[in-house]
Amino acid sequence: MIWGVLQFPGSCDERDALHACELSGGEARLIWHEERGLEGIDAVVVPGGFSYGDYLRAGAIARFSPAMEAVAEFAAGGGPVLGICNGFQVLCEAALLPGALLLNERMRFVCRQLDLIAVDGPETGHIDTIAARRPALSIPAKHGEGRYWAPDEVLDEIEARGQVAYRYAPGQNPNGSARDIAGVRNEAGNVLGLMPHPEHAVDPLTGSTDGLRIFEAVAAAGVAA
Amino acid sequence: MTVEVAKHIELGLTDSEFELICEKLGRQPNDVELAMFSLLWSEHCAYKHSRKLLRRLPTEGERVVMGPGENAGAVDIGNGHAIAFKVESHNHPSAVEPFQGAATGVGGILRDVFALGARPIAVLDSLRFGELDSLRSRHLLDGAVRGIGHYGNSIGVPNVGGEIYFEAPYEHNCLVNAMCVGIAETKDMVRAAAAGVGNAVVLMGASTGRDGIGGASVLASAELGDGDEAKRPTVQIGDPFEESKVLECCLELLGKGLLVSLQDLGAAGLTSSAAEMASAGGMGIDLDVAKVPLREADMEPFEIVVSESQERMLGVVEPAKVAEVLAVCEKWQTGGAEIGTITDSGQVRVLRDGELVGEMPVEALVDGCPLYDLDPAEPDGWIYGNRATLDPGTSAEETLLALLASPSIASKRWAFEQYDSVVGSRTVRRPESAEAAVLQIPEAGNAIAVSIDGSGRRVACDPYAGTIEAVLECAQNLACVGAEPLGLTNCLNFGNPEKPTPAWQLDRAVSGLADACTALGVPVVGGNVSLYNEGPEGPIYPTPVVGMVGELPDPTRACGNAFAKEGDAIALLGPFSPSLAGSELTKLRGELEMGLPQPDIAAVVAACAAVRDAVRAGKLSSVRDVSDGGLACALAESAIAGRVGCSVDVQPLRARGCSPEEALFGEASGGFLLSGDRAELEAIGAVTIGKTGGTTIEIAAGDRSFTVGLAGVESAWRSLTV
Repeated sequence: MIWGVLQFPGSCDERDALHACELSGGEARLIWHEERGLEGIDAVVVPGGFSYGDYLRAGAIARFSPAMEAVAEFAAGGGPVLGICNGFQVLCEAALLPGALLLNERMRFVCRQLDLIAVDGPETGHIDTIAARRPALSIPAKHGEGRYWAPDEVLDEIEARGQVAYRYAPGQNPNGSARDIAGVRNEAGNVLGLMPHPEHAVDPLTGSTDGLRIFEAVAAAGVAA
Repeated sequence: MTVEVAKHIELGLTDSEFELICEKLGRQPNDVELAMFSLLWSEHCAYKHSRKLLRRLPTEGERVVMGPGENAGAVDIGNGHAIAFKVESHNHPSAVEPFQGAATGVGGILRDVFALGARPIAVLDSLRFGELDSLRSRHLLDGAVRGIGHYGNSIGVPNVGGEIYFEAPYEHNCLVNAMCVGIAETKDMVRAAAAGVGNAVVLMGASTGRDGIGGASVLASAELGDGDEAKRPTVQIGDPFEESKVLECCLELLGKGLLVSLQDLGAAGLTSSAAEMASAGGMGIDLDVAKVPLREADMEPFEIVVSESQERMLGVVEPAKVAEVLAVCEKWQTGGAEIGTITDSGQVRVLRDGELVGEMPVEALVDGCPLYDLDPAEPDGWIYGNRATLDPGTSAEETLLALLASPSIASKRWAFEQYDSVVGSRTVRRPESAEAAVLQIPEAGNAIAVSIDGSGRRVACDPYAGTIEAVLECAQNLACVGAEPLGLTNCLNFGNPEKPTPAWQLDRAVSGLADACTALGVPVVGGNVSLYNEGPEGPIYPTPVVGMVGELPDPTRACGNAFAKEGDAIALLGPFSPSLAGSELTKLRGELEMGLPQPDIAAVVAACAAVRDAVRAGKLSSVRDVSDGGLACALAESAIAGRVGCSVDVQPLRARGCSPEEALFGEASGGFLLSGDRAELEAIGAVTIGKTGGTTIEIAAGDRSFTVGLAGVESAWRSLTV
C-alpha cells in the first residue's frame, strides 16, 4: 500500500496527511505538483492548505497542475482519491466532484472540533465510508471557504445517488453548508472530498483518533483497486 | 543647507544627529545616505532610548543557543534540537490599517524565526485595544484578528494562544504583538553575520516595491496623531503565499548547506539587513540596486534601499554555490537575484549599474547613533483617568457576572476560532483548555509549553511590580502544564521616552523584568522595543509583553484547567494574598490609582516548582493561576470549562487578612487554583477551600456570600462578539 500526497506551493497540511497515511498502514510519499506520473501509487490524498495562494478562487489554479492531470487519470481508472479541505476545493474545481465550496456564511475563517455523521451509501468497490462510522466522528474543521453549495436539483440528485458521504452533526454546521453536507463522493464512489481534517484526528494526544477510520477506508479501497 | 535641514527633520533625525552624521562622513550625506541613516538611527532600529536600560537584563544561561542580537533567541531542548522564538510589535501599522498591519506583523516574526533555520511551529499574539464600546476599537479588533488569521492560517503555522485586553488608553494606539516559535536541529542553525570576502549577496523572495517606505522612522518611531491616514502608504502589504514559498526555499537551502548566513528584511528593508549583517561579521558590503528585482521600473536608489516590501530574505552564498541557490529559488517559484558582494572595506556601498550612489562606514550606520539617557520622573498620581461602569453597591453575584462579561475577561473564542490551532500536528492543548499552549516535539522526545502575558493596567499602577507580575504569570502558566521555563522574550510597548512619565515607566519596568528573570533563573534571549505609543490623550498603559518557553518531559501529563469531575477537592496553593489595587473590579468601578502590593518573587517561584512537580506526577485533576477577576472568576472559568459546579468557602483568604470582596475579586501574583484528591492536594501544601459538584457556583464569603447558576455564568463569559 503506497500513498501519494500531493504538494503544491502553498499546501499546509501535506506533512500531517503524510503522517496520517503512514499511521493507517503503508508507505507514503509527497508528489510535487509538477510531477505527471503516479506510478506505483495505490491511493492519493489532495491535502489542505492554500494551493498557489488560493488566488483567483480556492483550488482554481491547482486544478491545472500536472499532478492534478495525473490524479484525474488515476481517478478515472478507479483509484481512490481523498481530498481534504483545499483538496476538496481542488477536486470540485477539477469537476471530479459535484458542487462548489463558497465563503463561509459568517465570512470568517473558523477552526473548531466537531462531529461528522456518515451517510448511508454504496458499499462495495468504493471507499467504504460506512466502515468509518461510529455514532459520530470527532474531527476538526478549519477553513474560510467551506460552505458546500450546488443547485437544488443537483443536491437532490447526489442525495438520491448516495453521493453525500458525511454531514455535520445536527446544530454543528460551521459554515452554512447546504443540507449540512461536510463531504461528498463521486458517482463511482472512489473519489471522496471533505472539509473537516481527518489527518488532524489521528492521535489521542492532539484531539481524537477518529480520522484514522477515514484513512483506513481509503486504504482498503486502494488495496481492493 | 536649509533644504537638507528640513529633509532630515522630516525623516525623524535631530539637528545634532544630522551634524554627527556629517562629522562621521566628513561631508554631507546625499539623499540615499540620508535615507539610510534616518532609518538605522531611528528608535526602531537603533534602540537609542532603550539600549542602555536593556543592559540590565540577564541574557545568559546554559540552555541558551542564541541570545539577543540574532534574528531571534533560541534555547536547547535536548536531543540536538533547539526552540527559536521571539515576540515583536506591529502597533503603529495596525493602528493605521489593522488587517495588513497585523498580517505583516505575523509575517515579520515568522521570518525572524526561519532566518535562524528553524521551522515555525506556532504563533501566539498579544493584543490591546480601546474599550469595545468604541466603533474604532471594534474596527481595529476585527481587522487585526482577521489579519493575524489570514497570514498564519495561509502559511500553515498554528496559532496556539494569546491574550486580548481592552482599555481606554489604547483607543488611538492599539497594540499588536506577535510571537513565533520554531524548531531546528541545533547543528543546522545559522547566524545573521556576513562572512567570507568575495561571497555573493543574494536577495530572495518577493520583488521590491514602493510599499512601507519610511515605516521604521516616520511610522514606528513617532507618536500617532492627526493625518495618520496619510501614513497608509508606509504600511506594508502582506502576501502569505510568497512567504510560504520563501520559507520552504530557505529551509531547503539551509538543509543543503548552501547558505553562509541568512537575514530577513524587516524594518528599514535592505538598508538594515545589509548593514546589520556586515556589522555582525565585521565586514563591508557592496549592493547594486540595479540588480534588485522591482515592481516598478522607475524606483530611485533611495527607495530601493529603504523599501519595506514584505517576504524578502537576504542570504550570503559562496560564489560556486550561487547557481544551485538560484535553482532552489526557481523550484519554489520565488525570486532569487545576486545583488551584491561581501567586502573587507568596512563600508556599505550602494551602486547603480556599477556607479557609486552612496558610501557609508558600517560602524557609523549601525553603532554610530548616539544613545540617550532618559529623564524619568514619577508622576504625581494616576494619569489615565477613570470611568465607572459598575456601581460599588452591586451584589456579589451581579459583580461576578459583570466581571465575566467584561471583554478583557470574557472568553476569546470569537477571536481564536478564526485561527488554525491544529495544523502541524503538535498542538496538545488548544486555546483556553490549559493555562499555556503545549506542543509535542517528537524530534526531541518531549514537549514545550508557551505563554504570553502582560497586563498594562497593573504595570501602569506600579511599573516595577506590574512587570514582575507579568513574568511570574508566564512562569505560573508554564507550571500549570508541568513545564520548566527555559527562556524569555519580551516586547516593551511604551509611550514617548523623551517625556518624563513614559521614561519613568520604562526604567522601572526594565528593572522589574531584570529582577524577576534573575530570580527565576530565566534568561532574556531576545525581544523588541516599541516606543512612542501615544495618542492625542497621552501615552498607552506601559505594556511589557512577556513570552516564555518551557520544556516538559511528558505531554500526556500536561494538566488542563477544567474541573474534571464531581467530588474533587478544590484548593489554593501559593503566596496568594489578593487586593483590589489595579484589579478589573477597581477598573469597572472607576477607582484606579497608583500602587500595587509587591510580589514575593521567591515564594511564587517555590509555588511554581511545587505545582510543576505535582503536574508531572499526575496528581492534579485541574489547575489554573488566579489572575484577572480574582478567585471567583477563576472558579467560574474552571466550572464552565468542566461543566461542573462547585461550592467554596474563602475563609483561608480571610485568615490572610483579605476582606470578603478582596477574597472574591482581588488580584495578585502567586495564586494557583487546584482540583483533585484532597489528600494529594494537601500533601503538596495546598489549602482546601471546597469541592466540585452540582450545577451552581456557591461561594461563602461572609456578607458577600452567594450562589449563582452555571448557565448564567457561562452566558456572561461567552458574551464577547464583535
